[in-house]
Amino acid sequence: MTITVDGINKRFGKFQALNNVSLDIPEGKLTALLGPSGSGKTTLLRIIAGLESADSGRVSFSGKDVTKLHVRDRNIGFVFQHYALFRHMTVAQNIAFGLDSLPRKQRPSKAEIQKRVGELLEMIQLPHLANRFPAQLSGGQKQRVALARSIATRPKILLLDEPFGALDAKVRKDLRRWLRNLHDEFHFTSIFVTHDQEEALELSDQVVVMSQGNVEQVNEPTELYARPDSRFVFDFLGQVNVLSGEVKHSRLTQGSAWVTIPGIEHQGNVQLYLRPHEVRLATAPVAHANLPLRIEAVSLIGSEVRVELRPEGWESEGSDNIWEVGISHAEFNQQRPTRGDLRYAVPEVGHLFTGKDTQPVTVNWDEADLSPRIRLIN
Amino acid sequence: MNASQSSRHRRVGDSPVIKWLLIGIAVAVALALLIVPLLVIFVEALGAGWGTLADNLTDQYTLHAIGLTLFVAALTVPLNLVFGTALAWLVTRFRFPGRKLLITLIDIPFAVSPVVAGLLYLLLYGRNGWVGSWLADYDMQLMFSWPGIVMVTVFVTCPFVARELIPLMQQQGSEEEEAGVVLGASGWRIFRTITLPNIKWALIYGVVLTNARAVGEFGAVSVVSGNIRGQTNTLPLHVELLYQDYNIVGAFASASLLAGIAVFTLAVKGFVEWRQTRSLNRLQTEETAQ
Repeated sequence: MTITVDGINKRFGKFQALNNVSLDIPEGKLTALLGPSGSGKTTLLRIIAGLESADSGRVSFSGKDVTKLHVRDRNIGFVFQHYALFRHMTVAQNIAFGLDSLPRKQRPSKAEIQKRVGELLEMIQLPHLANRFPAQLSGGQKQRVALARSIATRPKILLLDEPFGALDAKVRKDLRRWLRNLHDEFHFTSIFVTHDQEEALELSDQVVVMSQGNVEQVNEPTELYARPDSRFVFDFLGQVNVLSGEVKHSRLTQGSAWVTIPGIEHQGNVQLYLRPHEVRLATAPVAHANLPLRIEAVSLIGSEVRVELRPEGWESEGSDNIWEVGISHAEFNQQRPTRGDLRYAVPEVGHLFTGKDTQPVTVNWDEADLSPRIRLIN
Repeated sequence: MNASQSSRHRRVGDSPVIKWLLIGIAVAVALALLIVPLLVIFVEALGAGWGTLADNLTDQYTLHAIGLTLFVAALTVPLNLVFGTALAWLVTRFRFPGRKLLITLIDIPFAVSPVVAGLLYLLLYGRNGWVGSWLADYDMQLMFSWPGIVMVTVFVTCPFVARELIPLMQQQGSEEEEAGVVLGASGWRIFRTITLPNIKWALIYGVVLTNARAVGEFGAVSVVSGNIRGQTNTLPLHVELLYQDYNIVGAFASASLLAGIAVFTLAVKGFVEWRQTRSLNRLQTEETAQ
């Protein structure tokens, strides 16, 4: 079932929660609504579910207008952030609730309901907890029960509101993987809301980035990360290092720092955005860049070594005035960078913003341009 | 805790003298103001023996007063049960302008003296009142008859159920009900299987308080009832009448009945509170046991 959202507006008093939002959610795909708090992502999800009504605009499922259709009749699965399990019902009763609520003609027999609940309990690997009450379960178990409950009536659409928000990191990772498998097995059209970029990029087929009631960009995770449309998406999707300054004769300068930008015709103020993995660290400046930085901190945890550096003689944009560069553990073992060392950032790929609302231009510094000096160092 | 520790960490009230002085005062006040008067009621009522007590209680007018009091309570409690639940549902599940004002307005019966409340009803619904004079044209009389007594009793007791439910329902939130409606349940099914079990004990507690107040209400009822013996006399009014007639034993006999109802109410209230904390504790220990 495809979901189409067309020109949705929603106000809460003076606050514009959604501003003329239109969106196509493809059938059978897992879509993430990603944005900071207050961006309207949960409101949009609740409007699609029918738990909230839009001030104007339309929602349709597979071309059928459901704007006026009551939540009860939309036949969707909805998973709440805080599980919303029925506290005085057992796990089995919780899961059976949707089936028990079906109109008499569609309702399966008692035995069938029991069988189906049993299957769902198997699926969430909690058959031994059938007669427990929600208060007796851990957070991860509660969320699995909530998922089983929401899909008991075999809905075609599954909506999840920050499904892993209240769980700790380890459980969250397991549940993410489990949800992905579940989705692939049942082929729902799913939408989940999250403010966690990593979760959105890892789990989804399509990411919708929202900010202040607007859709900023819709794309596949890999495309989105590689080619952000706007400064907001760039900033929001992970760490970014910014050099802002003036371009004169294809050289971007700010304080003691400069970078040559090949083939640029623009003159004046620009911002250069660099991801931590698009920068290398060298012990001396190279032909196309001179970005002196002093190491502030080195973090070894993870598959990559994260180095935090403070600009020396120039300033980075952003309040903390810190650059972050990721290097491999092999590089780390060779170079042994420590706090207080001076290093030079060497940009390999960058994204240049020349105007206020323009899309970025990707800049590649060709390997051939790099001076032989630097290759000897690395 | 040993002596050296307690002398180093001395707090207010730690000294045994102060401790026992405070306990003594509390016990003395409780005895003088609560327990002794309650005992006196039963002692006086039984002073002339069980036979006299039975005679006094089976007196024609006393029996009528008991009947009327129970009748009023039987009408008031369900009315306020429905009203209180609906109101609590309204102010905790919906957002609308004036919601905060409505929550404040619920407390008016607590803030206004019952006598003033009775007077207001008399002025509005009495034979010469705005509504009362219009009703009189249709030969309907509310004041100085049982409908008036029920009306003021409903007014005086209407905050109890709502006041018990609102904080609880606010704390529980509406997510469970939303989950229910997404799963296709009808409004009635949601109320019956999700909302009601969640608020059950608070609801019972509210009913117990409403009932206690409805049975014992004196001020507002005395203004609108007209104290007609055998017609509009409730039990609390009857006690006063008997006392003014110098029928001391009769007055105490009826009073002992009211006191008995009060003690019974306290016992039920205690039980409900115990059940509430027990189920809460059970949930908590189960959560920490995880």
